[in-house]
Amino acid sequence: MMKQELEIKELKKDSNSDQGAFANEDNAVVKARANQKYKEGFVTDIESFTIPPGLDENTIRLISAKKNEPQWLLEYRLDAYKKWLEMDQPEWAKLKIPAIDFQSISYYSSPNAKNENAPKSLDEVDPKLIETYDKLGVPLHERERLAGVAVDAVFDSVSVGTTFKAELEKAGVIFSSFSEAVHEHPELVKKYLGSVVPARDNYFAALNAAVFSDGSFVYIPKGVRCPMELSTYFRINAINTGQFERTLIVAEEGASVSYLEGCTAPMRDENQLHAAVVELVAMTDAKIKYSTVQNWYPGDENGKGGIYNFVTKRGLCQGDRAKISWTQVETGSAITWKYPSCILRGDYSSGEFYSVALTNNYQQADTGTKMIHLGKHTKSTVISKGISVGKSQNAYRGLIRVAKKADYARNFTQCDSLLIGKSCGAHTFPYTESANMTAKLEHEATTSKISEDQLNYCLQRGITEEDAISLIVDGFCKEVFKELPMEFAVEAKALLDISLEGAIG
Amino acid sequence: MLKINNVFAKAGDKDILKGLSLNVKPGEVHAIMGPNGAGKSTLGNLLAGMPYVQAQSGSVEYMGKDLLALEPEERAAEGVFLAFQYPVEIPGVNNMYFLRTALNSQRKYRGEAPMDSAQFLRMVKQKVKDMNMRDDLLKRPVNVGFSGGEKKRNEVFQMGVLEPKLAILDETDSGLDIDALKIVADGVNQLRSAERSFIIITHYQRLLDYIEPDFVHVLADGKIVKSGDKNLALELEEQGYGWLNK
Repeated sequence: MMKQELEIKELKKDSNSDQGAFANEDNAVVKARANQKYKEGFVTDIESFTIPPGLDENTIRLISAKKNEPQWLLEYRLDAYKKWLEMDQPEWAKLKIPAIDFQSISYYSSPNAKNENAPKSLDEVDPKLIETYDKLGVPLHERERLAGVAVDAVFDSVSVGTTFKAELEKAGVIFSSFSEAVHEHPELVKKYLGSVVPARDNYFAALNAAVFSDGSFVYIPKGVRCPMELSTYFRINAINTGQFERTLIVAEEGASVSYLEGCTAPMRDENQLHAAVVELVAMTDAKIKYSTVQNWYPGDENGKGGIYNFVTKRGLCQGDRAKISWTQVETGSAITWKYPSCILRGDYSSGEFYSVALTNNYQQADTGTKMIHLGKHTKSTVISKGISVGKSQNAYRGLIRVAKKADYARNFTQCDSLLIGKSCGAHTFPYTESANMTAKLEHEATTSKISEDQLNYCLQRGITEEDAISLIVDGFCKEVFKELPMEFAVEAKALLDISLEGAIG
Repeated sequence: MLKINNVFAKAGDKDILKGLSLNVKPGEVHAIMGPNGAGKSTLGNLLAGMPYVQAQSGSVEYMGKDLLALEPEERAAEGVFLAFQYPVEIPGVNNMYFLRTALNSQRKYRGEAPMDSAQFLRMVKQKVKDMNMRDDLLKRPVNVGFSGGEKKRNEVFQMGVLEPKLAILDETDSGLDIDALKIVADGVNQLRSAERSFIIITHYQRLLDYIEPDFVHVLADGKIVKSGDKNLALELEEQGYGWLNK
């Protein structure tokens, strides 16, 4: 779908590392790792409705009509589209992004439903879809019964089912697909949509605002602690489509919620675009914990195919003592461009960013965070762990900004890079802007290799080379994994092992 | 149990071992002494299969097997243990998890069932007690922030948990104060048995006050130039290595 053959070739040529590492490239383990299997790479054969490729005002009107949207939302989209037309794709990241032909993408695809409305319960959902999520290890029925985690499943452009809705409603919690929220809670959507990430924010956010299809909506009323973990599972299935989901989470005064998203896509030779927007709003004393396990198809070992993951995620700590925490484990996507950020407006509010980003083969990642300190005594913590394998490039990019009035703001940043093999690269771009003398900012950064010494030590104790690498990487990521909800930490660790060594059972 | 026959070996591109031979029978403790650069550590690394040491000729037979043909992790599972001269740090991986992974890898190789966490915990706690180690050793990441003495003690503790058949201690005594030396020596003495053999590489006689060797060998310029009983160590202590060249 995207013209990229030429550019990929170029990419290969100069993907040599500027920070070489130890191991010899013939190392059998590194080779085995390059042949990793992507077990989520299957395609679901399901009839779907997909609009023809191309993007203009009519496309947007069609999407809006398809979703039966109110006039104000259509206008919001059209306005965003106009802004997008005037913007340029950002080029400051340390990424080589092949030219994207936005006219060759289809902007809406939905699996055919038995009726036009969203299914009322899982029983109305096409069994093939249920089966898809079973295969992905997200069994909707079982999660519902056993795991006690509420799931919203988004398949291409639409939400196919949300579990535990009734139980959540009892607690006053709204957890639904975005489209549904537009109809059932228009006042909330209208109030908060674009309030943290305005349409003009950046190129991909503007595109998303114009064509977003579905996503999740969460509202936790005042004083309510959400009784269970909420999660959304995003799946791209249809060919030649982009996925543009939009997630909005609002926690009122004293409310708290923990939310997790997971993502996968089939293996295809063409690149596919995923440009999402996530907005979080935390009022006084509210807490939002947002965890991501991102496993979009990364492309094959030669850098063919894979998802372009260009995502804008931002949280606003609106009230005093509000707290927003981002935790991400990023192993997928051909290219990742993503900076989950916090605006710390309330006094004593705090933001956290914990990240593990692993790149292998020809994957590229430019990821990090922005912590914007506006209120007094605001505090932020950034722990970033980048792991580069194969010929991949992995960059941390972070901004800590302290405004003039943000007395006694504090930040601690630690970014560590681990290199496996000698053809990969790790890069760190930390920016700080402080306009207040009382601010206290700390930054620590390390770059290390898995050393021969560490490997030999493990081998001598009887641990195989594959297990040794997994052990060392796991230790490296520990500070981030401990921030994930328990069961997802296990999932993340397993995912990391797969990304590292291929088909380890 | 171990027959080293006329081995020549390189460390990097340097010839280090030049026709070394040594026989070790089950239950024996052999001390290897000698001047700096004689090849003592190279011998330990050769037996453990560390890749920076390459045998050029000669043979090493261990329990009837060609030791040099085995991978380092296979040698470990066959019962070869090397206490490193410079133990390596592994951040974020706690000692207990590391040891359980190691033990279960070895058990898997030997076709034994893995030890579950409860069994392992019981076993390891007992070892901590028996070997006079400190409890917090288990929870701390492998060698991270350990003092020199703690690292060496941890090596001996790992040896106690993994219960090797042939243990090689590479200058485990260097840098230890007298209390730590005793703990290390006690650990070794507890593990001495009729089936288990030790090769103890050391500069100093003082460790041999606590671990009584059956044989003492002097390694100089890549081969063993003199062998004797524990009295040889005392002689060396008094006279240095110079007289051997005469």
